[in-house]
Amino acid sequence: MIGKNSLFGPVDPAKEAGYEDHPPRKGFFTDTSICIGCKACEVACKEWNDVPDHGFDMLGSSYDNSHSLNADQWRHVAFIEQPRRTGDQEPGLRRPPVDLGMPTVAPNGNEVTLPDGTVGEKPDFRWLMSSDVCKHCTHAACLDVCPTGSLFRTEFGTVVVQDDICNGCGYCVPACPYGVIDRRKGDTDNGKAILNEGVAQKCTLCYDRLKADQKPACAQACPTESIQYGDVEELRERADRRVAQLHEAGIMDARLYGNDPNDGVGGTGAFFLLLDEPEVYGFPPDPVVTTKDLPHMFNRATAAALAMLAGAAISFLGRRG
Amino acid sequence: MSPGVERSGLANERPAREAVIGSSGSGQARRRRGGRRRGGGGERSMVPEAEFTSYYGRPVVKPAPWEHDIPAYLFSGGLAAGSSLLAAGGDLNDLPALRRTGRLAALGALGFSMAALVHDLGRPARFLNMLRTVKLTSPMSVGTWILSIYGPFAGAAAAAEVVGMLPEDRLPRPLRLLRLAGRPTGLMAGLTAPPVAAYTAVLLADTATPSWHAAYRELPFVFVSSALAASGGLGMVSAPKEQAGPARRMAIGGAVVELLAEKQMERSMGITAEPLHKGRAGKLMKAAKVLTAVGATGALLGGRSRAVAVVSGAALMAGSACTRFGVFEAGQESARDPKYTVVPQRERLDRGEPVRYQG
Repeated sequence: MIGKNSLFGPVDPAKEAGYEDHPPRKGFFTDTSICIGCKACEVACKEWNDVPDHGFDMLGSSYDNSHSLNADQWRHVAFIEQPRRTGDQEPGLRRPPVDLGMPTVAPNGNEVTLPDGTVGEKPDFRWLMSSDVCKHCTHAACLDVCPTGSLFRTEFGTVVVQDDICNGCGYCVPACPYGVIDRRKGDTDNGKAILNEGVAQKCTLCYDRLKADQKPACAQACPTESIQYGDVEELRERADRRVAQLHEAGIMDARLYGNDPNDGVGGTGAFFLLLDEPEVYGFPPDPVVTTKDLPHMFNRATAAALAMLAGAAISFLGRRG
Repeated sequence: MSPGVERSGLANERPAREAVIGSSGSGQARRRRGGRRRGGGGERSMVPEAEFTSYYGRPVVKPAPWEHDIPAYLFSGGLAAGSSLLAAGGDLNDLPALRRTGRLAALGALGFSMAALVHDLGRPARFLNMLRTVKLTSPMSVGTWILSIYGPFAGAAAAAEVVGMLPEDRLPRPLRLLRLAGRPTGLMAGLTAPPVAAYTAVLLADTATPSWHAAYRELPFVFVSSALAASGGLGMVSAPKEQAGPARRMAIGGAVVELLAEKQMERSMGITAEPLHKGRAGKLMKAAKVLTAVGATGALLGGRSRAVAVVSGAALMAGSACTRFGVFEAGQESARDPKYTVVPQRERLDRGEPVRYQG
């Protein structure tokens, strides 16, 4: 059924897909401000989903050697080194200070006491780390353009590839505004047959685990709860509180990305708290689902087709030779 | 839940997901020139290089995993469609040579198209899965169904044409019936042909590939006119000059509209028109323009000379092929360079005009 917001605008994706009675929409809130870059999510994802491990390379881009989200990388941790001060980082592991009754001088924000007792300036450096994943868009272009129906909307509002249906047409790959989904190449792995070779692959939000009422593997493995899994509605509220908390602490760069149901993709099921502009992390700053413009494209193509017919007819007016 | 943690921290508390990280620096300007710089072949631009940020210059969106099968199909699909139109017109206007070459060309081009499409699949053996659903939001699904309707008509018309070339008295009865089907199937092929040429523009435009999506208003017109130019060119090459008048007019008209529509397209694309002028795509687009202009001029001035007609027709076909390969390559390049994804989006954010649902 085609509703008012079928191609654009806020909508409940599972209901839109025809589920009458469905569980609440599930998703991720990835809070990058507490990501420590351990890549446990990448490993857990590969282990659980049997994702091939080829494609690693020394890339010379900080600690990132898994390059990007692609058919063989369903979680990808980005590492960004910036010449900016972080201020005090609170790991929460400090011993309680012992009060010796001595006079002290309040430290200024940019000073740090070195192990030998001298006071130095903090380095002009900060590290941003962010675990990227499929966004499970409300309006998912990959799903819209899939000609076989291999990509489908689950009852949890997520987007999943049916490996045995996909014929590898590759249309979903350029359709994704985030560059997530990819066709799996089958060239290596020591001559072994590769699982789902030639087929589109991406994060399933651990559809199998969700059906067993389990957390997705990456969220389960995340040691800092940077990756939080839950009902999207609740996660959005949690994210709002978190960003307010960070703003109150003076971290005005904190912002949410993908949480707005009115944005270009109708909001994402997996959204993020970022500490810099989205493009710094490799995200598109204002993504839009391409099918938003599909009705317009259809009209233009229809006009062009009619023009072609008319043009051909006109060609037959006049001399034969 | 652990309590909120201030900058100084709480003794022996593990703030977990509520940990407050250090306060960040001031909101200093931090755009830097991003993206890769490729040398060679680039023209000097008077417009300053757009500044933008990216993640190590890596692409944001992914280029389509398509080989040259796809632009070759864009060309041959258009050629098939235009040839069917020429054949239908030839049939109605008693131009048998034009009808025959059109029908045969359509089948040949269509056969090549199908082979290219199947070959480009990651799992060619599963190509029939295209037909397991009808999906209006998928231009590829719609296109498959368009081809599935057009294909049999074009095939039957061509078969009737072949049967018609055989001596009639030696034909088995069913094949004689097939000859009768030539006109209705040929006309149906002509009627269903234009969508074959037009949908491929939507196929490219309905993606996040910057230089394809930004072209969605004009690309259908570029593609159908390119198809008319190519099939008109083929008609000029293959039909005798006594019957090639319509093919010539179709070729000239298609070429002129293609050049105009392409120009308008580039104007409306903003920064994403850049890849159409750079590198391989730039060379292809330039070649397309020159070949199309030369072919059209030749057809206009000397089209009644057999030699000029053949050369002009070939130039028009080559020009059409270059257009398809050029547009394809430009899109792929626009996906590989984050600039074309980030800059237009950042610009509309900075203008305070993000894409938001307005109700």
